[in-house]
Amino acid sequence: MAGPGSDLPDHPDYLWRNPEPRRSYDVVIVGGGGHGLATAYYLAKNHGITNVAVLERGWLAGGNMARNTTIIRSNYLWDESAGIYEHALKLWEGLEEDLDYPILFSQRGVLNLAHSLQDVRDSVRRVEANRLNGVDAQWLDPQQVKEVCPIVNTSPDVRYPVLGGTYQPRAGIAKHDYVAWGFARAADALGVDLIQHCEVTGLDITDGKITGVQTTRGRIAAGRVALSAAGHTSVVAAMAGIDLPLQSHPLQALVSELLEPVHPTVVMSNAVHVYVSQAHKGELVMGAGIDSYNGYGQRGAFHIIERQMSAALELFPAFARAHVLRTWGGIVDVTPDASPIVGLTPVDDLYLNCGWGTGGFKATPGVGWCYAHTIATGEPHPLNAPFSLDRFTTGALVDEHGAAAVAH
Amino acid sequence: MTQQEFRTVQGGRIDRDRPLRFRFDGRDYTGYAGDTLASALLANGVHRTSTSIKLGRPRGIFAAGAEEPNALVQVEAPFPEPMLTATTVELYDGLVARGLGGQGRLATDPDPARYDAVHTHCDVLVVGAGPAGLAAASVAAASGARVVVVDDRSEPGGSLLGTREAKALDWVASVAADLHANPEVRLLTRTSAFGYYDDNYVVAVERRTNHLGASAPAHLSRERIWRIRARRVVLATGAHERSLAFDDNDRPGIMLAGAARTYVNRYGVLPGRRAVVLTTNDSAYAAALDLLDAGVAIAVIADLRPSVSPLWTERLADRGVEVLAGYGVERVVGEERVSSVVLAGGREFEADLLLVSGGWNPVGALYSQAGGKLRYDADLGSFVPDGCREAVAVAGSANGTYGLAGCLAEGTGAGRAAVEATGFAAGTGRELPAADESPVTPPAHTWVLPGDETVQFVDLQRDVTVAEIRRATGTGMRSVEHVKRYTTAGTAHDQGKTSGVLTSGVVAHLLGVDVGDLGTTTFRPPYAPVSFAALAGRDRGALHDPIRVTALHAWHQANGALFENVGQWQRPWYYPRDGEDLHAAVLRECRAAREGVATMDASTLGKIDVQGPDAAVLLDRLYTNLMSSLKVGSIRYGVMCRPDGMIFDDGTVIRLAEDRFLVTTTTGNAAGVLDWMEDFLQTEWPDLRVHCTSVTEQWATIALVGPRSREVLGTLAPDLAVDNDSFPFMTWRDTTVAGLAARVCRISFSGELAYELNVNWWDALALWEAVLAAGAPLGITTYGTETMHVLRAEKGYPIIGQDTDGTVTPQDLGMDWIVSKKKPDFIGKRSFARADTGRPDRKHLVGLLPDDGETLLPEGAHLVEMESLPEPPVPMLGHVTSSYHSAALGRPFALALIKGGRDRIGQRVYAPLGDVLVPVTITGPVLYDPEGKRRDG
Repeated sequence: MAGPGSDLPDHPDYLWRNPEPRRSYDVVIVGGGGHGLATAYYLAKNHGITNVAVLERGWLAGGNMARNTTIIRSNYLWDESAGIYEHALKLWEGLEEDLDYPILFSQRGVLNLAHSLQDVRDSVRRVEANRLNGVDAQWLDPQQVKEVCPIVNTSPDVRYPVLGGTYQPRAGIAKHDYVAWGFARAADALGVDLIQHCEVTGLDITDGKITGVQTTRGRIAAGRVALSAAGHTSVVAAMAGIDLPLQSHPLQALVSELLEPVHPTVVMSNAVHVYVSQAHKGELVMGAGIDSYNGYGQRGAFHIIERQMSAALELFPAFARAHVLRTWGGIVDVTPDASPIVGLTPVDDLYLNCGWGTGGFKATPGVGWCYAHTIATGEPHPLNAPFSLDRFTTGALVDEHGAAAVAH
Repeated sequence: MTQQEFRTVQGGRIDRDRPLRFRFDGRDYTGYAGDTLASALLANGVHRTSTSIKLGRPRGIFAAGAEEPNALVQVEAPFPEPMLTATTVELYDGLVARGLGGQGRLATDPDPARYDAVHTHCDVLVVGAGPAGLAAASVAAASGARVVVVDDRSEPGGSLLGTREAKALDWVASVAADLHANPEVRLLTRTSAFGYYDDNYVVAVERRTNHLGASAPAHLSRERIWRIRARRVVLATGAHERSLAFDDNDRPGIMLAGAARTYVNRYGVLPGRRAVVLTTNDSAYAAALDLLDAGVAIAVIADLRPSVSPLWTERLADRGVEVLAGYGVERVVGEERVSSVVLAGGREFEADLLLVSGGWNPVGALYSQAGGKLRYDADLGSFVPDGCREAVAVAGSANGTYGLAGCLAEGTGAGRAAVEATGFAAGTGRELPAADESPVTPPAHTWVLPGDETVQFVDLQRDVTVAEIRRATGTGMRSVEHVKRYTTAGTAHDQGKTSGVLTSGVVAHLLGVDVGDLGTTTFRPPYAPVSFAALAGRDRGALHDPIRVTALHAWHQANGALFENVGQWQRPWYYPRDGEDLHAAVLRECRAAREGVATMDASTLGKIDVQGPDAAVLLDRLYTNLMSSLKVGSIRYGVMCRPDGMIFDDGTVIRLAEDRFLVTTTTGNAAGVLDWMEDFLQTEWPDLRVHCTSVTEQWATIALVGPRSREVLGTLAPDLAVDNDSFPFMTWRDTTVAGLAARVCRISFSGELAYELNVNWWDALALWEAVLAAGAPLGITTYGTETMHVLRAEKGYPIIGQDTDGTVTPQDLGMDWIVSKKKPDFIGKRSFARADTGRPDRKHLVGLLPDDGETLLPEGAHLVEMESLPEPPVPMLGHVTSSYHSAALGRPFALALIKGGRDRIGQRVYAPLGDVLVPVTITGPVLYDPEGKRRDG
């Protein structure tokens, strides 16, 4: 008998060296998560910069990269967001081949449900913007929602009935760890040093220019330093005297036991707050809500999980007797406009990538590509230029919060 | 139906007078009340329960409790439930189950059961009712403290239930009776504490009716979540035995030694006829003796330690059992079931059972969740608690104290310390039973035996072998977290209860590092699987989110309204008559408001009473315009912005007195605005003397609209001078309307002569009926939110949240006039000086008229400059925010946010609809009565 998951491809036998840190590198990337690893890979591959170290204070890709719900989509409203996420999605579509690693990228589509008349307006607006931006998108009525995902409760007896949804067929999921290891292996093979259990404790800045980092494994000199530390980026940036407009919050997720296939796509609902998919072996993977308080502890409150389950059963009554096997928490770093910050800083040769909130995983190859360009050339890539730090001064925000209020 | 041929003649805690029928994998069996599905299967000689997930190998019952890694079952009747362990399913009559190799199955029918949650507070929470937990509870209860004890089994006693310690079991019964009789104590069985959150918040799930099968009473909730806040917590969660990695260590008939002992003693079941024992420690000897006494032959005991305790050797020699020191298992013969065991060196022993003890893992899951650290104790061969930020103590084998006497003493001490810490004088618990304490010989530090690593299993449920772990470490992985993810060890249903520490041990063995330095993977909630439904509790359907309705809701329902959800409120959307659709009904309702008189229930508008000497100061800082200059008796419209200068809410402000205002907000944002006020008052401006109170549900509001509204009001309010000079626009009056105390405001959201009548919520229906009666001769018409939207859109009044999206400034809406140039500061002011807010090509709110005079543009449609679409990305000018058919204009129209829109008035742009580009002309936003002549009637 071939059980669930037995058809999944094997991992490679070899992933990475565990080198001792050298005294000096051309580029030091702070943070060995998905973004840091992807950035290192594209620095080496696209720009030929291989004298690079990725410093990780824990184990590689053990932060949000190991904790997200693996959803990949590019159906964002604003041109700037659609630009970078669609660039990422196109890279996702060739990533397995590029990295020669089975990352289990599955384009099973993503449904975003609408539950109020304003949700419908906003959804149609987003679909129309997506199409004009060349991003695949459809508006589905409740009957079509049911056809795409038969277990969604589209009956009117739900507290907030499903009035329709947007659908992006090219969206989907991938296996987060494998993506990280794929980038890590490829970067290592190109000469990048991946250094684990090496925490950055200080940034050396002379005359407005960064010259190196202090770490728990000694000082490492660097021509350029690129921060990519997700929830902790504000802590690291503070070492350079940079006060970032970031709020770090706990965000939880959970997983069920392995179940026979019932859920063919990915469903997201902002109004009823559910995002759920069924992973390759059959487990339901679900994101919970954000804890409202700030913190760097990778754990959240229990009522958030309870609230999540009631929302899940509203839309998926079939899940009633599934069991939660494990919950966990990550830290999301959220900016005032809910869009990331990728680009230059007031310190020469110090670069910044943070503020991805809940959207970081799906952007991994796209931001790696653009951030590598920014570090290599000293100028933002056109796709991350709108996400500069100074937009909070000029006011040129990319506001992905959507409507700030609801209708009369 | 088969006989229970492996049932002992007597003994066990089962009720032999209550046979129960059940079906497993299509065959019928019987067991007894008190059995688990696993013990009943073993009584019938069934070891093999499933096939492994990846390799398809036969697998059997391996443990006797929640730690079971193999015996996963799907319950099919009375109602399907996926993936439970046979060792924790209590047997009931009519149970139908099957073994699971991989995936569970969800029911397609709705779950008929109820679920619930309950809060409790206590001085001391004891988790685990084994010897240590009961000793702690006994002392704590005797002190008068409020005590909660939770245990996941069907009866208290913990590991003692699997022994023949008669005196200790008598003590268990007495303590349990004491606890039940004590009104300050709650002893919850079948209750698993599964989460330990900040500040001693422990959550547990009680299984109330699962063990009753189809006879479960429908009125009882099936499962109930206990949310327990405890001043002190005592964790007496016991220990799980672990296995060893040796060749074919996954065969049915291989079982943890302690589990076999439990099956014999607790359930009166022989797990086999002839057993080999493989151990690293002393605990397996007691199991061997109990099995011998029950009639199981012990072929040999292989102890991995070079020398073993003479005490145990002698005891077993007396029974004719050979003990081989320094021996391990080389291989196991038999695929579907163990038939013989070959020890190192080649001696083969015929056996149908192989008992394994690789040492013990204190159950540290809850402790770790609470932030507790673990330390590897080499003498014990266990990770033990090593300090925690919470007010928690660990007692008994959970603390690495494995002997009964030690557990009892440690439990007593923990119970005493807990009550004393909460201010009670410790009482005296039940006298402890005497317990023999055999001297303990330290265990062997062995994780892996020599052999073929490809068939040495570490995680049985995920089919992870030593070979796979070696492959993982060979890739360069050094962290046990990486190895876990690479191999999937510890990620299955049991979350590594028996395999987690073994995985760390094997990794340490392969890398040649200390297992204590390597550590374990992180423990996370829940300790044991919890159903989605239990966590959801009652918060489903109508209780998922409160449904808010106005005082007139029943009237609206009785009069055929269709409803729209607006935030939590249900508002009448429109009132179709005689088969009208939305379009027809709204044209009729609009016509009535423009030509005669119409009325709507506007009670859901948010209302906040703002009082205090600094009330005007607060409002000046929150609104972009000046509120302090408002005269008592007058009303002013205002908008609030976020610090980024983007509009956040709008509404009217009524000045009731020098130090008192009534602020109205949008329906959906009322709580948000009150939060906003409180946020600033409490954190930024604590010096302001202001109090804000929501009065949304104290005032019912009825809008009376239309050129003939004055006639209706005049009829109803004889004391009120309603002429325009006496009661001008944007003023309010307190008066009597239809005999009711009322506040009448002259406000218009339609451009017509209009009033808002505010009365006590309780008087709403009386007022409404009076308005309808007084208006009846004039054909008064009720209308809903859709008509309200059309009327305001014809006048170009924006709806915040529909025509704005958090990126729109007042200036973008063409409301420069509402942004004060005089005030020194207000929220958002600074942002109006930013480069981006001054851009000339910002999006402006404008009107749109489709050139054909017929096409209704979809809300959300975008606008482009070109007559035919180029390849994407296509530059977009903006989008349609509101779009309606207009009775007054006799054509469809729309509002839109367009880049530089006010500079494009008169220009033609295009809306791509499918494959068609619809030409539209940009206009000003006010399409109806731009001179404002209709406002005063």
